[in-house]
Amino acid sequence: MNHHHGLECQDLLNNISAYIDGELDDELCGKIEAHIESCPNCKVVINTLKRTIQLYQEDGESETFPLDARHRLFTALDLDEDLDLSD
Amino acid sequence: MSETLNEETLNLEALRKKDKRAFAQLVDQNSDHIYRLALRLTGNSQDAEDVVQETFIKAFNNVESFEGRSKVSTWLYRIATNEALMLLRRRKDGITPIDEGVETDEGEIMPIQIVDWCCLPEKEIMTEETRQVLQEAALQLSSANRAAFLLRDVEGLSTQEAAEALDISESALKVRLMRARLQLREALSDYFANRMAKEGL
Repeated sequence: MNHHHGLECQDLLNNISAYIDGELDDELCGKIEAHIESCPNCKVVINTLKRTIQLYQEDGESETFPLDARHRLFTALDLDEDLDLSD
Repeated sequence: MSETLNEETLNLEALRKKDKRAFAQLVDQNSDHIYRLALRLTGNSQDAEDVVQETFIKAFNNVESFEGRSKVSTWLYRIATNEALMLLRRRKDGITPIDEGVETDEGEIMPIQIVDWCCLPEKEIMTEETRQVLQEAALQLSSANRAAFLLRDVEGLSTQEAAEALDISESALKVRLMRARLQLREALSDYFANRMAKEGL
Protein backbone atom coordinates (compact mmCIF):
# COMPACT_ATOMS: atom_id res chain seq x y z
CA MET A 1 0.00 0.00 0.00
CA ASN A 2 1.38 3.35 -0.98
CA HIS A 3 1.04 6.40 1.18
CA HIS A 4 1.61 9.78 -0.37
CA HIS A 5 0.58 13.20 0.84
CA GLY A 6 -1.78 11.82 3.47
CA LEU A 7 -3.80 9.74 1.02
CA GLU A 8 -3.47 6.01 0.40
CA CYS A 9 -4.18 4.06 -2.76
CA GLN A 10 -7.30 2.57 -1.19
CA ASP A 11 -8.64 6.08 -0.44
CA LEU A 12 -8.10 6.96 -4.07
CA LEU A 13 -9.86 3.79 -5.23
CA ASN A 14 -12.83 4.50 -3.00
CA ASN A 15 -13.25 7.85 -4.70
CA ILE A 16 -12.00 7.07 -8.19
CA SER A 17 -15.39 7.11 -9.89
CA ALA A 18 -16.44 10.39 -8.29
CA TYR A 19 -13.01 11.81 -9.10
CA ILE A 20 -13.24 11.15 -12.83
CA ASP A 21 -16.80 12.53 -12.81
CA GLY A 22 -15.52 15.75 -11.21
CA GLU A 23 -17.80 15.32 -8.20
CA LEU A 24 -15.21 15.68 -5.41
CA ASP A 25 -14.58 18.81 -3.39
CA ASP A 26 -11.43 20.79 -4.11
CA GLU A 27 -9.56 19.53 -1.07
CA LEU A 28 -9.96 15.81 -1.80
CA CYS A 29 -9.42 16.42 -5.49
CA GLY A 30 -6.13 18.15 -4.68
CA LYS A 31 -5.04 15.25 -2.47
CA ILE A 32 -5.82 12.76 -5.22
CA GLU A 33 -3.89 14.76 -7.79
CA ALA A 34 -0.91 14.99 -5.46
CA HIS A 35 -1.13 11.22 -4.88
CA ILE A 36 -1.24 10.47 -8.60
CA GLU A 37 1.91 12.50 -9.21
CA SER A 38 3.89 10.27 -6.89
CA CYS A 39 2.11 6.92 -7.44
CA PRO A 40 2.60 5.56 -10.99
CA ASN A 41 0.23 2.63 -10.44
CA CYS A 42 -2.70 4.81 -9.44
CA LYS A 43 -1.95 7.07 -12.40
CA VAL A 44 -2.21 4.07 -14.74
CA VAL A 45 -5.44 2.91 -13.10
CA ILE A 46 -7.04 6.35 -13.49
CA ASN A 47 -5.88 6.81 -17.08
CA THR A 48 -6.97 3.35 -18.18
CA LEU A 49 -10.30 3.77 -16.38
CA LYS A 50 -10.98 7.00 -18.27
CA ARG A 51 -9.93 5.39 -21.55
CA THR A 52 -12.14 2.36 -20.90
CA ILE A 53 -15.19 4.61 -20.57
CA GLN A 54 -14.18 6.54 -23.71
CA LEU A 55 -13.92 3.31 -25.71
CA TYR A 56 -17.42 2.28 -24.70
CA GLN A 57 -18.68 5.72 -25.70
CA GLU A 58 -16.93 5.51 -29.08
CA ASP A 59 -18.40 2.05 -29.63
CA GLY A 60 -21.82 3.16 -28.41
CA GLU A 61 -23.21 4.71 -31.56
CA SER A 62 -22.49 2.06 -34.14
CA GLU A 63 -25.95 0.50 -34.54
CA THR A 64 -29.34 1.82 -35.57
CA PHE A 65 -32.81 0.37 -35.03
CA PRO A 66 -33.34 -1.85 -38.13
CA LEU A 67 -35.85 -0.58 -40.70
CA ASP A 68 -37.83 -3.83 -40.77
CA ALA A 69 -38.22 -3.68 -36.99
CA ARG A 70 -39.33 -0.04 -37.30
CA HIS A 71 -41.90 -1.12 -39.86
CA ARG A 72 -43.28 -3.78 -37.47
CA LEU A 73 -43.44 -1.27 -34.63
CA PHE A 74 -45.25 1.36 -36.71
CA THR A 75 -47.71 -1.31 -37.86
CA ALA A 76 -48.30 -2.50 -34.29
CA LEU A 77 -49.02 1.07 -33.16
CA ASP A 78 -51.00 1.89 -36.31
CA LEU A 79 -48.68 4.81 -37.06
CA ASP A 80 -48.10 6.28 -40.51
CA GLU A 81 -44.55 5.53 -41.64
CA ASP A 82 -44.64 8.12 -44.38
CA LEU A 83 -45.35 11.16 -42.24
CA ASP A 84 -43.02 13.98 -43.04
CA LEU A 85 -41.75 14.84 -39.59
CA SER A 86 -39.59 17.69 -40.68
CA ASP A 87 -42.30 20.33 -40.57
CA MET B 1 -21.52 10.82 -25.64
CA SER B 2 -24.93 10.17 -27.12
CA GLU B 3 -27.27 13.01 -27.88
CA THR B 4 -30.54 12.30 -26.18
CA LEU B 5 -33.95 13.47 -27.23
CA ASN B 6 -34.59 17.10 -27.87
CA GLU B 7 -37.48 17.45 -25.46
CA GLU B 8 -38.54 20.83 -26.77
CA THR B 9 -39.62 19.40 -30.08
CA LEU B 10 -42.06 17.02 -28.41
CA ASN B 11 -45.55 18.07 -27.57
CA LEU B 12 -46.45 16.31 -24.33
CA GLU B 13 -50.10 17.19 -24.64
CA ALA B 14 -50.20 15.67 -28.12
CA LEU B 15 -48.55 12.51 -26.79
CA ARG B 16 -51.07 12.24 -23.96
CA LYS B 17 -53.88 12.50 -26.51
CA LYS B 18 -52.15 9.68 -28.42
CA ASP B 19 -51.59 11.91 -31.41
CA LYS B 20 -50.06 9.55 -33.95
CA ARG B 21 -47.83 12.12 -35.53
CA ALA B 22 -46.35 13.02 -32.14
CA PHE B 23 -45.87 9.36 -31.34
CA ALA B 24 -44.17 8.63 -34.65
CA GLN B 25 -41.81 11.49 -33.82
CA LEU B 26 -41.19 10.05 -30.35
CA VAL B 27 -40.32 6.66 -31.86
CA ASP B 28 -38.01 8.05 -34.51
CA GLN B 29 -36.18 10.35 -32.12
CA ASN B 30 -35.56 7.64 -29.53
CA SER B 31 -35.57 4.21 -31.14
CA ASP B 32 -31.86 4.14 -31.99
CA HIS B 33 -30.89 5.03 -28.42
CA ILE B 34 -33.30 2.51 -26.92
CA TYR B 35 -32.17 -0.16 -29.38
CA ARG B 36 -28.48 0.30 -28.58
CA LEU B 37 -29.19 0.21 -24.85
CA ALA B 38 -31.26 -2.97 -25.24
CA LEU B 39 -28.65 -4.55 -27.50
CA ARG B 40 -25.92 -4.02 -24.92
CA LEU B 41 -28.12 -5.10 -22.03
CA THR B 42 -29.29 -8.33 -23.66
CA GLY B 43 -26.37 -9.06 -25.99
CA ASN B 44 -28.80 -10.18 -28.69
CA SER B 45 -30.23 -8.18 -31.63
CA GLN B 46 -33.56 -10.05 -31.74
CA ASP B 47 -34.07 -9.51 -28.02
CA ALA B 48 -33.15 -5.86 -28.48
CA GLU B 49 -35.77 -5.44 -31.21
CA ASP B 50 -38.36 -7.05 -28.93
CA VAL B 51 -37.40 -4.70 -26.09
CA VAL B 52 -37.81 -1.64 -28.34
CA GLN B 53 -41.16 -2.94 -29.54
CA GLU B 54 -42.44 -3.53 -26.00
CA THR B 55 -41.06 -0.22 -24.77
CA PHE B 56 -42.95 1.90 -27.27
CA ILE B 57 -46.14 -0.15 -27.03
CA LYS B 58 -46.09 0.28 -23.23
CA ALA B 59 -45.28 3.96 -23.60
CA PHE B 60 -48.19 4.39 -26.03
CA ASN B 61 -50.61 2.53 -23.75
CA ASN B 62 -49.51 4.30 -20.57
CA VAL B 63 -48.66 7.79 -21.75
CA GLU B 64 -51.57 9.28 -19.77
CA SER B 65 -49.81 8.23 -16.57
CA PHE B 66 -46.58 10.00 -17.51
CA GLU B 67 -46.61 13.08 -15.31
CA GLY B 68 -43.75 14.90 -16.95
CA ARG B 69 -41.63 15.15 -13.81
CA SER B 70 -38.74 13.51 -15.62
CA LYS B 71 -37.72 13.81 -19.24
CA VAL B 72 -39.68 11.68 -21.70
CA SER B 73 -36.39 10.02 -22.69
CA THR B 74 -35.67 9.05 -19.06
CA TRP B 75 -39.14 7.54 -18.86
CA LEU B 76 -38.48 5.53 -22.04
CA TYR B 77 -35.08 4.39 -20.76
CA ARG B 78 -36.79 3.24 -17.57
CA ILE B 79 -39.40 1.18 -19.43
CA ALA B 80 -36.74 -0.27 -21.74
CA THR B 81 -34.37 -1.19 -18.92
CA ASN B 82 -37.18 -2.92 -17.04
CA GLU B 83 -38.17 -4.84 -20.15
CA ALA B 84 -34.60 -5.95 -20.83
CA LEU B 85 -33.93 -6.98 -17.23
CA MET B 86 -37.21 -8.91 -17.10
CA LEU B 87 -36.29 -10.67 -20.32
CA LEU B 88 -32.90 -11.64 -18.87
CA ARG B 89 -34.52 -12.81 -15.66
CA ARG B 90 -37.06 -14.96 -17.51
CA ARG B 91 -34.25 -16.55 -19.46
CA LYS B 92 -32.53 -17.53 -16.25
CA ASP B 93 -35.80 -18.77 -14.75
CA GLY B 94 -35.57 -16.27 -11.98
CA ILE B 95 -32.37 -17.74 -10.55
CA THR B 96 -30.46 -14.48 -10.74
CA PRO B 97 -32.13 -11.60 -8.91
CA ILE B 98 -32.64 -8.53 -11.05
CA ASP B 99 -31.20 -6.04 -8.60
CA GLU B 100 -28.24 -7.89 -7.20
CA GLY B 101 -24.96 -8.40 -8.91
CA VAL B 102 -22.96 -11.48 -8.10
CA GLU B 103 -20.34 -9.31 -6.52
CA THR B 104 -22.74 -7.31 -4.34
CA ASP B 105 -21.91 -9.00 -1.08
CA GLU B 106 -18.27 -9.46 -1.82
CA GLY B 107 -15.47 -6.99 -1.41
CA GLU B 108 -14.82 -4.08 -3.71
CA ILE B 109 -12.99 -4.79 -6.94
CA MET B 110 -9.28 -4.19 -6.57
CA PRO B 111 -7.29 -3.28 -9.68
CA ILE B 112 -4.86 -6.08 -10.45
CA GLN B 113 -3.78 -5.36 -13.99
CA ILE B 114 -1.49 -2.31 -14.00
CA VAL B 115 -0.53 -1.91 -17.65
CA ASP B 116 -0.54 1.45 -19.34
CA TRP B 117 -2.25 0.74 -22.65
CA CYS B 118 -3.45 4.33 -23.12
CA CYS B 119 -0.35 5.12 -25.14
CA LEU B 120 -1.14 2.56 -27.86
CA PRO B 121 -1.82 4.07 -31.29
CA GLU B 122 -5.52 4.70 -31.91
CA LYS B 123 -5.65 2.22 -34.80
CA GLU B 124 -4.29 -0.48 -32.50
CA ILE B 125 -6.88 0.23 -29.84
CA MET B 126 -10.27 0.30 -31.56
CA THR B 127 -10.15 -2.80 -33.76
CA GLU B 128 -13.00 -5.20 -34.54
CA GLU B 129 -11.50 -7.57 -31.99
CA THR B 130 -11.52 -4.80 -29.40
CA ARG B 131 -15.21 -4.12 -30.10
CA GLN B 132 -15.88 -7.80 -29.47
CA VAL B 133 -13.93 -7.65 -26.21
CA LEU B 134 -15.89 -4.56 -25.14
CA GLN B 135 -19.18 -6.38 -25.70
CA GLU B 136 -18.08 -9.57 -23.99
CA ALA B 137 -16.69 -7.70 -20.98
CA ALA B 138 -19.94 -5.76 -20.57
CA LEU B 139 -21.93 -8.97 -20.68
CA GLN B 140 -19.79 -10.33 -17.83
CA LEU B 141 -21.12 -7.59 -15.54
CA SER B 142 -24.18 -8.29 -13.43
CA SER B 143 -27.23 -7.01 -15.29
CA ALA B 144 -27.81 -4.39 -12.59
CA ASN B 145 -24.28 -3.00 -12.84
CA ARG B 146 -24.38 -3.20 -16.64
CA ALA B 147 -27.58 -1.17 -16.76
CA ALA B 148 -26.07 1.51 -14.50
CA PHE B 149 -22.96 1.74 -16.68
CA LEU B 150 -24.82 1.85 -19.99
CA LEU B 151 -27.29 4.50 -18.89
CA ARG B 152 -24.75 6.76 -17.22
CA ASP B 153 -21.60 6.33 -19.30
CA VAL B 154 -22.77 5.22 -22.73
CA GLU B 155 -26.18 6.90 -23.06
CA GLY B 156 -24.95 9.93 -21.15
CA LEU B 157 -27.73 10.28 -18.59
CA SER B 158 -26.95 12.28 -15.46
CA THR B 159 -26.55 10.41 -12.18
CA GLN B 160 -30.03 11.58 -11.18
CA GLU B 161 -31.61 10.49 -14.47
CA ALA B 162 -29.89 7.09 -14.45
CA ALA B 163 -30.98 6.53 -10.84
CA GLU B 164 -34.56 7.47 -11.79
CA ALA B 165 -34.50 5.12 -14.77
CA LEU B 166 -33.40 2.26 -12.51
CA ASP B 167 -35.62 3.32 -9.61
CA ILE B 168 -32.71 3.33 -7.19
CA SER B 169 -31.03 6.02 -5.09
CA GLU B 170 -28.22 8.13 -6.53
CA SER B 171 -25.79 6.61 -4.03
CA ALA B 172 -26.76 3.08 -5.10
CA LEU B 173 -26.31 4.12 -8.73
CA LYS B 174 -22.82 5.41 -7.96
CA VAL B 175 -21.83 2.15 -6.26
CA ARG B 176 -23.01 0.08 -9.24
CA LEU B 177 -21.33 2.45 -11.66
CA MET B 178 -17.98 2.26 -9.87
CA ARG B 179 -18.07 -1.55 -9.76
CA ALA B 180 -18.95 -1.75 -13.43
CA ARG B 181 -16.25 0.71 -14.47
CA LEU B 182 -13.52 -1.03 -12.46
CA GLN B 183 -14.51 -4.48 -13.71
CA LEU B 184 -14.50 -3.29 -17.33
CA ARG B 185 -11.14 -1.57 -16.87
CA GLU B 186 -9.73 -4.80 -15.52
CA ALA B 187 -11.05 -6.82 -18.46
CA LEU B 188 -9.72 -4.38 -21.06
CA SER B 189 -6.37 -4.13 -19.29
CA ASP B 190 -6.06 -7.93 -19.34
CA TYR B 191 -6.82 -7.92 -23.05
CA PHE B 192 -4.40 -5.14 -23.98
CA ALA B 193 -1.67 -6.54 -21.72
CA ASN B 194 -1.90 -9.84 -23.61
CA ARG B 195 -1.86 -8.11 -26.97
CA MET B 196 1.08 -5.91 -26.04
CA ALA B 197 3.02 -8.98 -24.90
CA LYS B 198 2.13 -11.06 -27.97
CA GLU B 199 2.44 -8.42 -30.66
CA GLY B 200 5.20 -6.38 -29.11
CA LEU B 201 3.07 -3.24 -29.26
